[in-house]
Amino acid sequence: MRRSSFRLVAAAAAIALAVTGCSSSGDDAANTDTEFEIFTWWASGGEAAGLQGMIDVYTAQNPDTEFINAAVAGGAGVNAKAVLQSRLDANEPPDSFQAHAGMELDGYVRGGQLEDLTSLYQSEGWDKIFPADLIRTITVDGKIYSVPVNIHRANVLWWNPGAATKAGITKAPETLDEFFADLEKFKKAGITGLALAGKGDWAIAHLLDWMLLASMGPEKFEGLYNGSTSWTGPEVAAGIKNFQRALSYGNKGAGNLDWPDAGKLVTDGKAGFFIMGDWASAQWQSDGLKLGTDYTYAAAPGTVGVYQWLSDSFVLPVGAPHRNAAIAWLKVCGSKEGQDAFNPKKGSISARTDSDLSLYDDYLKSAAADWKKDRLVGSTVHGVMGNNALMAAYNAAVGKYFSGGFKDNAGLAKDLAAAYEAGKA
Amino acid sequence: MSKVVRNKRSLSARVGGLFFVLPSIITVIIFVYGLILWSVNVSLTNQNSGAKKEIEYIGLKNYTDLIADERFTHSLSNLVKFTIVFILGALVTGFIMALLLEKGIKGEGFFRSFYLYPMAISFIAMGTVFNWLLNSARDEEAGGLNLALQKIGLGFLQNDWYVSEKGAMYAMALPAIWQMSGYVLALFLAGFRGIPDDLREAARVDGASESQIYRHVLFPQLTPTLLTVLIILGHISMKAFDLIIGINGKSYVTQVVAVYMWEATFDKRDYAKGTSIAIVLLIMIAIVVVPYLRYNNKQQAYR
Repeated sequence: MRRSSFRLVAAAAAIALAVTGCSSSGDDAANTDTEFEIFTWWASGGEAAGLQGMIDVYTAQNPDTEFINAAVAGGAGVNAKAVLQSRLDANEPPDSFQAHAGMELDGYVRGGQLEDLTSLYQSEGWDKIFPADLIRTITVDGKIYSVPVNIHRANVLWWNPGAATKAGITKAPETLDEFFADLEKFKKAGITGLALAGKGDWAIAHLLDWMLLASMGPEKFEGLYNGSTSWTGPEVAAGIKNFQRALSYGNKGAGNLDWPDAGKLVTDGKAGFFIMGDWASAQWQSDGLKLGTDYTYAAAPGTVGVYQWLSDSFVLPVGAPHRNAAIAWLKVCGSKEGQDAFNPKKGSISARTDSDLSLYDDYLKSAAADWKKDRLVGSTVHGVMGNNALMAAYNAAVGKYFSGGFKDNAGLAKDLAAAYEAGKA
Repeated sequence: MSKVVRNKRSLSARVGGLFFVLPSIITVIIFVYGLILWSVNVSLTNQNSGAKKEIEYIGLKNYTDLIADERFTHSLSNLVKFTIVFILGALVTGFIMALLLEKGIKGEGFFRSFYLYPMAISFIAMGTVFNWLLNSARDEEAGGLNLALQKIGLGFLQNDWYVSEKGAMYAMALPAIWQMSGYVLALFLAGFRGIPDDLREAARVDGASESQIYRHVLFPQLTPTLLTVLIILGHISMKAFDLIIGINGKSYVTQVVAVYMWEATFDKRDYAKGTSIAIVLLIMIAIVVVPYLRYNNKQQAYR
């Protein structure tokens, strides 16, 4: 029953294609489609404003194509992913949709649901203008399936200058040793050292992801995901030990907090440090806080010179009804104009190395400078290093460890190893 | 003769009636029973990721895998803890309130709707509020219930609530009890009201004391009500999803079976696993509900 309905839909799609005459031949076919449907979960705030900026660029270039934005509201796209998935499984894909670049696309790639975009990278020159580390990480078996529109940095240390002065800290810690020494200073000054957000497990997993990277360095860290570093080996054990130590400086009641609540502890001066992605800065600025006085930033300790990134990207599903319109969209996504329209509003940097920095705020300027020179490493909990199955199991493993009072280090290592295996299945 | 005519009329009435319920029967057959069968079918295959193209039948492997899956047993034990505390809590509070109202308090109608009202609130809205109330911060940082406890001098009762390792599910049952006890009250009150007054009077004439009347005359009559309450609470509890998500998201510590099913199906795209969890859940609920339905049908037949 299921299969025959697939066929019906496929047939209907084929007829629709034939009738409207938008045959899919080559990437350079002119865009004659009259409509174009995109699927994102950017529905409010800076994200929606940034997307609108990119849509404006698109409609200026493609005035005859009607842009349909099928945004499904819901943080981190929880609803959007379920809706999208059912449409993909029913062979009714949108023309393009949003997904984290990297392994989060793994399921779609293995299912043959995405088109290879490598030729687009060559024709648009993206293979030169995007950093080589980025290209290497998103290439699967020699093929690239997505166009990154932005880059967020995961390994950022946020801190409150006022609280730090009170504790006698004048500069950001650069190594883990300095980090722990500073946590001790905060403790002595009666300030919570590290702001933690336990709700939904992922923000704690985010902390672990950074800690593993900081403890073993980028090569060993990447080895965790290609099998050359063992999850039950001494490197991970040392990382978990550091993680455990850092958690002990955390705020009480962390389990109830989402990341904005934990972040507020830092901007209010109640907590010293906060390890979170740089969307925190965008959030705080929209709350009216000032960079430099209410909060400030540094590369997370132990990872100075390493840029742990994640990226939102757009893809081309196999069987997209308006393929030419979608390719025109992807070209906007990868273009300097499109990325510079999107990112300053979204609070992220352009994936390109030639973006117009005058459009960006001070934090983003410094991030963009690091993006060009740092060693780039993908984030695990935001879909670069791990696919959905790995992330779900990884978050649960960390949630179990954290809610269990962070005692069972060996158990965590074992669960993380199992999460890695779950990702391969 | 007249009997034959009546039968004929009722036959045509039946056909007419059938005609009217047919659309609903058809949709239920397709969307409930059809999809249950389809889920069973998927749960017997190796469709363990959205990417699987060659789908084969692998028997009960998905189910046996579940037994070995620590995440599943964790969510199952969470569900059992939640169910026990929730049912007992709602039952006891609801029953006590019903008993008080039954004694003929002034403004019974007001109290009835007053206590029933929480049911009108969606689990998600309630989850958001209880998320604040059940804040685990203590002492000077406390908010919500912990703060209230301090203010009334019961500071030693401050608790980690739903983020504690051992007691998370018990804390999670609090909002559910709060919401459903008014409903239990209404059911029991109806049960009390359904007992004819002559029974009490007869007992009084026979010289029974007030407590004896309750114990030996009224309570035994409430057994069907009790059963109804247990079934209703039981199946609500097993399907618990929105309350848990509303309060604590998909966090591991309070994960229950329905939440794990969601994760397996929509996050991991492991359809076979998702459907097998769903079928296990369905069987658990059926074990609770089906005997009740049969019992109810029998009662109906007697009437």
